[in-house]
Amino acid sequence: MSRPRLVWFALFILGGIGLAYNAFVRPHGMAQVFVERSEKTYIEAEIAPPIGAPKGEKPTTKWLASGDPALADGTAVAVPDQARVVVTKTDNVAPRIARERIANGEAAVSLSIIDSIGLWIAAFFTLAIFSFLWRDNPVYKFAESILVGVSAAYWMTLGFWATLVPNLFAKLAPETVKAWSMPSLPVDADGSLTPFFLALVPLILGLMLLMRLSPKGGWISVWPLAFIIGTTAGLKFVAFIEGDLMAQASNTITPLVALQDGQLQLGDSFGNVVLLVGVLSVLTYFFFSIEYKGRLGTMVGKVSRVGIWYLMITFGAAFGLTVMGRITLLSQRLEFLFGDWLWIIDPANVR
Amino acid sequence: MLKRTIPLLITALAGAILIVAYFSPATTNWGEVVTDWMNTLAAVAFILGGGNLLFVNLEKISSRRAGWAYAAVTLLAFVVTLTFGIFKIGAVPNPQFPATPWAGDYESVRAPFGWVYEYVLSPLTATMFAMLAFYVASAAFRAFRAKNIEAILLLGTAFVILLGRTAAAGILTGWIPVDGPFAILRLDTLAVNIMQYVSTAGTRAVMMGIALGIAATSLRLILGLDRSYLVSD
Repeated sequence: MSRPRLVWFALFILGGIGLAYNAFVRPHGMAQVFVERSEKTYIEAEIAPPIGAPKGEKPTTKWLASGDPALADGTAVAVPDQARVVVTKTDNVAPRIARERIANGEAAVSLSIIDSIGLWIAAFFTLAIFSFLWRDNPVYKFAESILVGVSAAYWMTLGFWATLVPNLFAKLAPETVKAWSMPSLPVDADGSLTPFFLALVPLILGLMLLMRLSPKGGWISVWPLAFIIGTTAGLKFVAFIEGDLMAQASNTITPLVALQDGQLQLGDSFGNVVLLVGVLSVLTYFFFSIEYKGRLGTMVGKVSRVGIWYLMITFGAAFGLTVMGRITLLSQRLEFLFGDWLWIIDPANVR
Repeated sequence: MLKRTIPLLITALAGAILIVAYFSPATTNWGEVVTDWMNTLAAVAFILGGGNLLFVNLEKISSRRAGWAYAAVTLLAFVVTLTFGIFKIGAVPNPQFPATPWAGDYESVRAPFGWVYEYVLSPLTATMFAMLAFYVASAAFRAFRAKNIEAILLLGTAFVILLGRTAAAGILTGWIPVDGPFAILRLDTLAVNIMQYVSTAGTRAVMMGIALGIAATSLRLILGLDRSYLVSD
């Protein structure tokens, strides 16, 4: 066995012993999720129109929890022969409190096997991705393959339920969609649902886009693409000119001398000058790309140099912030491994 | 005609109409309507993406190319997650409409789709990004050399920001009085001032440059000068 393999083998054995000790020998174990389950009964009730409502207004129906005050005071009346629906609500409970409540005989609190397994899976995937720091390996590749498959399916699902259903199906067939999956779809003033046929445009464009999959009709997909490019160009042209160019220029053109209650604010005034000089010098560097020769050229060159310094400071700050962001993410992953999974750190004393 | 002229006309008309519509009070909301349409088209494009993923991986598996087992894992993960999500399997009932199963919350951690997000996708993506901490540090160590004024400014600012926004600022320069004449030298104050004035100036100019660049590119597309998206015969 080669030396690196021996080291990794020893590490795995030590890690396994540590995990076994943590899970079985330590008094409270590790990686457990406790939940509290409670059942609630819902009843479909009819609510009369409020006092002063226009004549002829129909009562509305709504699902209410069985203990809702409206049912008790008669504001809402249960619909006759309507089946009652029981919904189980599950909430997480901190392990220490859960153990106490289980010891007190509370049957509603229990260990959630599925969530505890989830914690182990999350820990496995975290370690699998970190294993790439050693080198590319089958465990990392496995995790990477899972990531590709799951994320593609995740975004497709969100695209379907959060965009296609409300933006397309609900506009074309509102009655059906309201009965099927969006009961909260708002109705018109007369209580009806009117289809919005302009939504056929993206449907037709979408179908044309799918022609890309056809070997002969691929060119048809360029039409919706042209529409996307054209509309994006039109929207971005206005948005960037207004939101970025004009807004940033307007924010820059401010009085250089800062006054407060008639008193000169030296620090703020200096800051305003620094800001204006910075914006102008960087813009000079960006746009006056002339040869730095002659009187004008030398002057532009000097101003551009100042612009470069400003840019370097900006990039340095961006770099510092990026590193901080990544380190924060890293510390969160370590916190998950040592806190949520191994239960080694517990500053809030909840485990 | 069908492959070049009509797409060019569609681009020009769509872009020009939206620019003109912005200036009329009666048509300012056209932008929102079109944004909705584009979101719908983007969702349709996800179907294209999913189809492409299926095709590429199935082809890899059927031809037993190197790494076909990973392709099978990708496909399995894709199909299982998609089934959980699209069919809202095990979705948590909506308390307002408990009798409508398709109105249930499929993103809750109590539903299989939400469970996959919480315990598979979220740790995987977070760890992927967390790993960049190592690579950013390693790349910076190898690439950054304080050999001229520009590099010194970049490195120095990064250090000031990193130190000034952590507890290190207090440890290193906490002894300098906040109200004294040298307060500017406190790392936390220095970091705030750099961000507020110098970095803002740079970012502002970059944003203005980007805005002009995007405006120019948009005009090139609308006027048909940029035709790179068209099908080549």
